[in-house]
Amino acid sequence: MKPKIAAQSGTFESSDVIFLIEPLPDNSGRKLEITSTVMQQFGASFNLIVEDILNQYDMTDIHLIAKDKGALEPTIKARLETAIKRSLDQQEGTLK
Amino acid sequence: MTTNFKKRRSMLYIPGNNPAMIQQGGIYGADSILLDLEDAVALNQKDAARTLVRNMMKVIDFYDTEVCVRVNHLSTPFGLADLEEIVPLQPSAIRYPKTESPEEVAELLKIIEKIEDRHGLPHNKMTLHAMIETAMGVQNVFNIASMFSRVDAITIGGQDLTADMNIIYTPDGAGIDFARKRIVMAAKASHIDVIDTVFPDVNDEEGLRRETEYAKKIGFTGKAVINPRQIDVIHEVFTPTEEEIRKAYRIVKEFRTNSAAGIGVFAIDGKMVDAPVVARAEYILRLANVTVG
Repeated sequence: MKPKIAAQSGTFESSDVIFLIEPLPDNSGRKLEITSTVMQQFGASFNLIVEDILNQYDMTDIHLIAKDKGALEPTIKARLETAIKRSLDQQEGTLK
Repeated sequence: MTTNFKKRRSMLYIPGNNPAMIQQGGIYGADSILLDLEDAVALNQKDAARTLVRNMMKVIDFYDTEVCVRVNHLSTPFGLADLEEIVPLQPSAIRYPKTESPEEVAELLKIIEKIEDRHGLPHNKMTLHAMIETAMGVQNVFNIASMFSRVDAITIGGQDLTADMNIIYTPDGAGIDFARKRIVMAAKASHIDVIDTVFPDVNDEEGLRRETEYAKKIGFTGKAVINPRQIDVIHEVFTPTEEEIRKAYRIVKEFRTNSAAGIGVFAIDGKMVDAPVVARAEYILRLANVTVG
């Protein structure tokens, strides 16, 4: 699936991560920009989690920016799921 | 009404969109934490908080802290989505805000049970805490507390109640004193827990102690907490003293000895001990984590 709109989720607080998603032109694939305060220790694992969630939603033609402040796996997954659903305009039970 | 004992001296509110606080929920030392999807979450972040709380509940170890979740009211666009995500995880309890009538509780339970049926879950594990935060809720509190086996605690929401009554909250609690006592009586008559409202000034430790002592004196079993700094004071007030524990131990021990001998009523230090005194003593020992050998 391709993002319909630009969207974001998360915060810049410690133990959190902020994701920003933008649609790219057709056939652009995925462009990921990931920065983390714990990149050296957990960067590889962070990248795997992100790829896994993007695969689950079959996301393509997506520009994803992540700024991580040491979020745990359930937080990374929750924030990315929220950002993806918002970018697909599929979020439920919230005001926009 | 439930007979399962849960220690609920303190119930710490944790904003549902704050991962740092949620992941540390089990180490603050509160008896119970309340992951809040309602007032602590901005209206445009409800989806984010719900997903975060769901994920955290699946993997975070909260040790022996009771985990409850406050969902949004079903009259909002968020309540049903909250229940769909949270009920399958079966927290210890769902806290329902602004409960005003038994009909409302019946409707809520019907939805919860439908979700539980879809997931093959029992109807008797997760309980319900009804928050009384409006004048109408105060008027109907006995029926709310007594008519449903899954309601095992009621709580008073002081800030919302004063707003609903169109009065100003004062530190002496004068405006909500009738509500406090009516809610306590409904809980006692229904044999369920009753949790007092938060003390909003986190810098006023003496005020917190005073209000907690008053809450204990009129019958509350615990108090809501908005900052981990408040937990110790609340525990100090609600934890029985050594003298109370010793006395309770003696009562329960003597009761068991006398019961074995077929004696129902007896005296300790010249004072009659009967079933209500024993029940009170057993409650004190459970609060103090003491077992009679």
